[in-house]
Amino acid sequence: MATSAEIGTEGTLQIAEHFKSAHGGSRRRFGWTLLIAYLLLAIGGVCMVTPFFWMILTSVKPAPELVDFSFFPENPTLQNYLNVLNTSSFERWYLNSIIVAIISTTSVVFFDTLVGYTLNKFDFPGKNIIFIGMLGTLMIPTEMLIIPWFTMSVNWNWHIGYAQYWGIAFPGVITAAGIFLMRQFFDGVPNELLDAARMDGMNEFGIWWRIAAPLVKPAIAALAIFNFIGNWNAYLWPLILANSREFYTLPVGLSFFRGESTTHWEKIMTAASLASIPLLIVFLIFQRQIIRGIALTGLKG
Amino acid sequence: MRFTLRQRQIIWAYIFMSVALVFFVIIRWYPTILAFNVSFRDWNVFEGSGPWVGLENYQEIWKDAGKPRSSVTAAFSNTVRYVLFGVPSQLVLALAIALLLAQIRRLSAVFRVAYFAPYVTSAVAVAFVWNWLYQPETGLINQGLDLVGLPQQPFTKSPAQALPSITAVAVWQNLGFAVIIFLAGIQQIPGHYYEAARIDGANAWQLFWRITLPLLNPIIVYLTVLGTISYLRLFALVQNMSPQGTGGPLKSTTTVVLEVYREGFSSYKMGYAGALTVLLFFLILLITIIQLRFFSRRVEY
Repeated sequence: MATSAEIGTEGTLQIAEHFKSAHGGSRRRFGWTLLIAYLLLAIGGVCMVTPFFWMILTSVKPAPELVDFSFFPENPTLQNYLNVLNTSSFERWYLNSIIVAIISTTSVVFFDTLVGYTLNKFDFPGKNIIFIGMLGTLMIPTEMLIIPWFTMSVNWNWHIGYAQYWGIAFPGVITAAGIFLMRQFFDGVPNELLDAARMDGMNEFGIWWRIAAPLVKPAIAALAIFNFIGNWNAYLWPLILANSREFYTLPVGLSFFRGESTTHWEKIMTAASLASIPLLIVFLIFQRQIIRGIALTGLKG
Repeated sequence: MRFTLRQRQIIWAYIFMSVALVFFVIIRWYPTILAFNVSFRDWNVFEGSGPWVGLENYQEIWKDAGKPRSSVTAAFSNTVRYVLFGVPSQLVLALAIALLLAQIRRLSAVFRVAYFAPYVTSAVAVAFVWNWLYQPETGLINQGLDLVGLPQQPFTKSPAQALPSITAVAVWQNLGFAVIIFLAGIQQIPGHYYEAARIDGANAWQLFWRITLPLLNPIIVYLTVLGTISYLRLFALVQNMSPQGTGGPLKSTTTVVLEVYREGFSSYKMGYAGALTVLLFFLILLITIIQLRFFSRRVEY
C-alpha cells in the first residue's frame, strides 16, 4: 500500500496525465473536448429520460389536456390513478409479481449458490458430464421449451388456481447462468478455510452456509437483484401460463389493460407508471450496486 | 458403516446437487427432447399427445413461406432485419457513449443511471410509452416535428416505418447494458499503453483504432452474440406496439416468436408452432457459430 504522500503525488500525476492524454496538453482544447463530451452526453441523456417524464406527466393530466397540447399539465390531478386502481386489478397484479419474483429469486439464490459451490469445491465422479449438461442448456432458447412446459403444466394442473404461481415460476427456479457465475466466484474462497472448518467437525452443509456463502455475498446480491428484475419483467411465459385475470403478473395485466382502454392514453400512461415506477425506485436506491454488479458479472437481467 | 473422507465428499456433493439435477433433467432436458418430438406431431397440448406426422409441419411451413404475403416469410425476414438494424446501432451508440463517459468525472453516475433506467423497465410499459410518443397528431414526437416545421410521420402506423421505429425502441431499451459493459472494459485498459503510443506520436484517432478497439474486441464479441440472440427472440415490444398485437401493419413487424405465439396459443396449431421454434433454435445456433468463427479469427493479433 502507498503512503498518503505517495498517493498525493500519484494523484497529481494522474490528473496531469489526464490533462495531457486526450487533449494534447493544451488547456483550452481540454475545455472544449470536455464541454462537447458533456453536451453530447446531455443530449443523449435527455433522449433516455424524456419518455419516462412524458409518461408521468401524461398520467397526471386530465383527458382534455391531451388533445390541446401542452407539455406540462395545467391542472395536475391524481384522478387517473384512482380510476385505474378502481377499475383494474393492479393491487392483485403487484402481489402476483412479488410472489413469483420472490419464489424464483429465493430458490435461485439458494440452489445456484449451492450447486456453484459444489462444482467448484468438490471432486466427484460424473462432475464433467454434469457440468457440460448444465452448460448445454444455455444453448436452448426458452421459446423452444414453452410448448413442452405448457403441456407439462396442463398435465400436472399447474395452470389452474393457486398452482399458477408455481406454474409461472418453475422454469426459472434454478438457472444455469447463475450456477456458472457462482462457481467462478467460489474460486476466491480458500480451500484451507473450508478444511479448517472440517477439522473442527462442522458438517458440509454448515461449511457452505456459514463459511463459504457469506464470503461471496456481493455476488449473491448481484444474482438476486438481476433475477428479481428479470422475473418481475418476464412476459412471454406468464402470458401463456396465467389463464385468469387474478393471476396475471404486472406486465401481462398491463398488456391486457391496454386492450380495454384503447385510446385513453392518460389511463394507459397511468397504468404504465404504476407498473414501472416501483422498480425504477428500487433501481435508483440500489443503482451503484446494480451497475457495479452488471460490470462485474456481465449478467443479462 | 463408515465412509472414507473422499466417499463422504462424494455423497455430500450428490446431496447438494440432487434438486438441481432433477430440475435440469425434468425442466430443461426432457422438454428440449419433447420440443423436437412436438414438431413432428399434430400436437394437442391439452391431451399431451398427438399423432406422428413426420415432416408435415415443416412442409406446411415451407408451403406457407411460398405463398404471397406469407406470415412465415415475413417473420423470418423481419427477425433478421431487426438484428441487422438493431445490433450494429446498439453497439456503435453504446461504444460512443461509453467513450464519452470515460472522459468525464463529474455527473458520470447521473448519466449512467439515465442510460440504464430503460433496461430495468418492463418491455410492455416501454412499448406503451413509445406508442404514445409515436402517436399521430397528439404524440410528443409529431408535436415536436410540427414545432420545427417538419411533416408528421406515421411511425408504427406505416408498413415502411414500423420496423425501424420498433427497432429504435429496442435499442433505446437495451443500450444501457452495453454502455456499462463497454465502460468497464475501457476502464480496464492500462493507461501506459496510451502514453507509450503517444510518445511514438500517435494521434487520438490512431489511439482509438490501434489500442482501444482491439483491446475491446472480446467485449464486442460478447455484446454482439448476446445482442443478436436477444433481437432474434424479440416478442414483447412487437406484440405490444403493433395493432392488435398481430405484427402489422401488413405483417411488417411480425417476428418468429410472435408467429410461434399466434400459431400455438391463438390458433392452437402446436405442432406447427413447435416446428417454428425448432427452426428458430437452428437459426440462433447458426448465427452464433458464424459470429464466433468470424470474430475469433480477428482476435489473433
